[in-house]
Amino acid sequence: MDRAHDLERPGRRRPSRRVGRATALAAVLPLAACSAGSPSTLDPAGTGAARIADLWWVLFWISAAVFAEVMVLLVWALVFRRGRRTRVRHGQPLRFVVIAGAGVPLVILVVVYALGLRDLAALGAGPGRDAHTIEVTGHKWWWEVRVPGIDGATANELHIPVGERVRVRLRTADVLHSFWVPQLMPKTDLIAGEVRETWLHAERAGSYRGQCAEYCGTQHAHMAFRVIAEPRPQFEAWLARLGSPARQPATEAERRGQQAFVQGTCAGCHAIRGTGADARIGPDLSDVGSRWSIGAGAVPNDAGHLGGWIVNPQTVKPGSYMPPQPVDAQRLPDLIAYLRSLE
Amino acid sequence: MSTTTAPPPGASQEDLARLEAHWGERASLRSWFGTVDHKRIGRRYLVTASLFFVLAGISALAMRTQLARPESSLLSPEEYNQLFTMHGTAMIFLFATPMLFGFGNFLVPLMIGSRDMAFPKLNALGYWVFLFAGLFMWASLPFGAAPNGGWFAYVPLTDDRNTPGLHMDVYTLGLLFLGIATTAGSINFIVTALKLRAPGMSLNRVPLFVWAIVATAFMVIFALPALNLDNAMLFLDRRFGTHFFDPEAAGNVLLWQHLFWIFGHPDVYIIVMPALGIVSAVLPAFTRRGVVGYVLIVLAIVSIAIISFGVWVHHMFATGLPHLSYSFFSAASTIITIPSGIQIFAWLATMLLGRLVVRVPLLFLIGFIVTFVLGGFTGAMFALTAFDQQVTDSYFVVAHFHYVLIGGAVFPILAGIYYWLPKMTGRMYHEGLGKWAFWLFFTGMQVAFFPMHLSGLFGMPRRVYTYRDEPGWDVWNLVSTIGAYILAVGLLLVLIGVVHAIRRGRPAPPDPWGGDTLEWSTDSPPRPYNFPVLPQVHSLHPTWDQPSRSSMAEDATADRILADGRRTLFTSELDGRRERVVEMPEASVQPLLLALAMLVFFTAMLFAWYPFAAAAAVAVAVTIAVWLWPPRRPEEELGVVR
Repeated sequence: MDRAHDLERPGRRRPSRRVGRATALAAVLPLAACSAGSPSTLDPAGTGAARIADLWWVLFWISAAVFAEVMVLLVWALVFRRGRRTRVRHGQPLRFVVIAGAGVPLVILVVVYALGLRDLAALGAGPGRDAHTIEVTGHKWWWEVRVPGIDGATANELHIPVGERVRVRLRTADVLHSFWVPQLMPKTDLIAGEVRETWLHAERAGSYRGQCAEYCGTQHAHMAFRVIAEPRPQFEAWLARLGSPARQPATEAERRGQQAFVQGTCAGCHAIRGTGADARIGPDLSDVGSRWSIGAGAVPNDAGHLGGWIVNPQTVKPGSYMPPQPVDAQRLPDLIAYLRSLE
Repeated sequence: MSTTTAPPPGASQEDLARLEAHWGERASLRSWFGTVDHKRIGRRYLVTASLFFVLAGISALAMRTQLARPESSLLSPEEYNQLFTMHGTAMIFLFATPMLFGFGNFLVPLMIGSRDMAFPKLNALGYWVFLFAGLFMWASLPFGAAPNGGWFAYVPLTDDRNTPGLHMDVYTLGLLFLGIATTAGSINFIVTALKLRAPGMSLNRVPLFVWAIVATAFMVIFALPALNLDNAMLFLDRRFGTHFFDPEAAGNVLLWQHLFWIFGHPDVYIIVMPALGIVSAVLPAFTRRGVVGYVLIVLAIVSIAIISFGVWVHHMFATGLPHLSYSFFSAASTIITIPSGIQIFAWLATMLLGRLVVRVPLLFLIGFIVTFVLGGFTGAMFALTAFDQQVTDSYFVVAHFHYVLIGGAVFPILAGIYYWLPKMTGRMYHEGLGKWAFWLFFTGMQVAFFPMHLSGLFGMPRRVYTYRDEPGWDVWNLVSTIGAYILAVGLLLVLIGVVHAIRRGRPAPPDPWGGDTLEWSTDSPPRPYNFPVLPQVHSLHPTWDQPSRSSMAEDATADRILADGRRTLFTSELDGRRERVVEMPEASVQPLLLALAMLVFFTAMLFAWYPFAAAAAVAVAVTIAVWLWPPRRPEEELGVVR
């Protein structure tokens, strides 16, 4: 199964209407098209982010117009109001100052304020009562993902059904973090001692990058996650996998790897469902083989990086809470084979 | 450019000699450490704040170098996090405010026609405390113990469990220490501007720069206690387990944010407002007329000072507070752009009616308008809660506040440096060098910070020490880094220009620009007593009006010379009516000793040497008692009538 590779690149089909606007931006800001494929707020894939992208273009064009006005006045002064023959005029054009500096801005601001309130209300509307709920807990520096009623967990990756609103309940295990999926939904902070809620909605299938947006210490830079929006059947399958034991070892090497995991230091912090390893200090690894990255966005998930991570995470993600592991050099390939098999 | 000479001093040679005897400071070690001359103190503020600016700027260059490419390993995350925290903290607390206080110190007494600040010794204390607090904070960096929780130091990241070590203790104690200087300076500005104005300078003749400084000082006095409280509680939490911010013990982490931003948002205006005052002060000389809409600008200044206390929650739009309160703070944050709009259009109208004299200070003012207006647009966008939630804590907000703070503070500061350099040093700067500095700085600023709007919109969060190669991030980060280096070269040329002016510049006349305020009607640099004859002010532009000018020249009456001691005039708060003559204090090393005792106290607190700290506290109390001990004076001087 090579899903992980597919998911490295987010969905990038462009819906119709915003192409024109992106072109307009490209005219103003050369190379703006570089945003295609990045977790760009201007390439929204869901209702929440789409509203803000629309609002942005309104704000952008208003700003451009007012800026042009100021520049015209400034250039006018620089061209026509210098030189010895220019006569200084001593009037006090207060009406001009009040209309241009307060009146016009006031009208514009009332309009954009109303638009802002409209979008704030829309973002606050939330999903219906019977929507799916996903519980996300921020840790230094990874995301724990659970679904109420299901006794399993995953990390740095959450799945949602396309076209449906999904409630996301946010907690933190330590410091403040912020849950941000630029293409789907603006930020909601994770507040210590409190529970916050937001929701996600994707109009099209794809893998959307999210990242912690509140500075949370040494490895704030590597606290990314992905939201995978997929058709309902695949989503149901994900829920089912989340509730069932991890894949059993199929080869002799994988079996030895499992043994090394359970009997070694790994099981002191990590869980793999169905093996007896059930610690909850680090991420649950029951599906680690299919995840998009290792270390919440630190490195790609492949055998080489996995081996390097196990031997010494500090070279990959300095400051992370996983210490270097004293794994027997002969056992390491087995352990890697086993973890890679967990999909 | 019209170049006028100062009016012949209306005081006799004999009076001048007596004034020199009372006010002059001989070049000695004692006078260097004990000076209370507001001009020397002001210059020291400017030099010291510039030094901290250079340190914070080098930190920024190191960060930009790290971010030039994805997954660079020039800096470790610990180093990067300390650098960005020190960059922000130093730029805000150790550069922007002290730099503008430096301008205020040098200029306010000159602009209002006084001989010094109201409390010269307190002024000296403020400088020494600022210097020591700055060194206290920067000294932690070489030891790897610098603050590392970001300049707004959110709990619980900054508590003792999540950030053990000295890092955040340096932050809390350093800012508490520095707060003493800022508070003392603010009180001094308020009293100086209200009581020491020259006779005739009623409130409607007070220069806009002085209005701006006084409004700023009031804001400091109301805003700073919130920050001091926050830092004191965090220090107690970290050292003595008080749990103010610990949610597991019924503490509240959002309390920190509320208090921080009740200070923090007014602080943006505390930085920008005096700089806007510089704009209003510099513009008349280069448009050959007074600024349009004096009263409107004063109203704008005062209303910003008030409204800025009602907008702090827009820094917390993503924390999940109730939407009703968001809509209120969103409205207030929207409205506060109006007074800035009025000022911008008042300056534009001034330029459209006047005759532009395109010299380096005016170039920096134009750079200011372009940059600050762009920052203002994104600022209004951040007032909209829904939009804020999408782009806050991304590089978009980094772009926004650099446009506001470089646009709204650094450009005016640079304009002010070129404008007042002749007054401060008595030397002219090199025009060509200044123009190069402007174009490099302006270009570098736009190239460095405009792309951050884009990397932010493309989803890049701020405060990351590195990033994976997401499409659209790497290009713009590289461009930003190149811009940062161009900007740095521009600033280097400013520095070279200042050194060149001091070493090689041609001597400056008293009024090289044809300025309108009182500092241009005295020598460059001014004598220790500022004015041989204190002026009688007849208009808003005293240096441009004949009666005010001649009040300092022939026929000057002895009651405005005051050569019998270190004396200046008290006038009434509103109308500037002459009240009485006041005696000003002599030079003294007491301010330095008090600041040193405080430094020992804060250092002892930092290292938890509590008995030592207690001894230092006693030393502080004793120094204050000696300082305040009433001097022995003849009875008639005390006003005792028998």
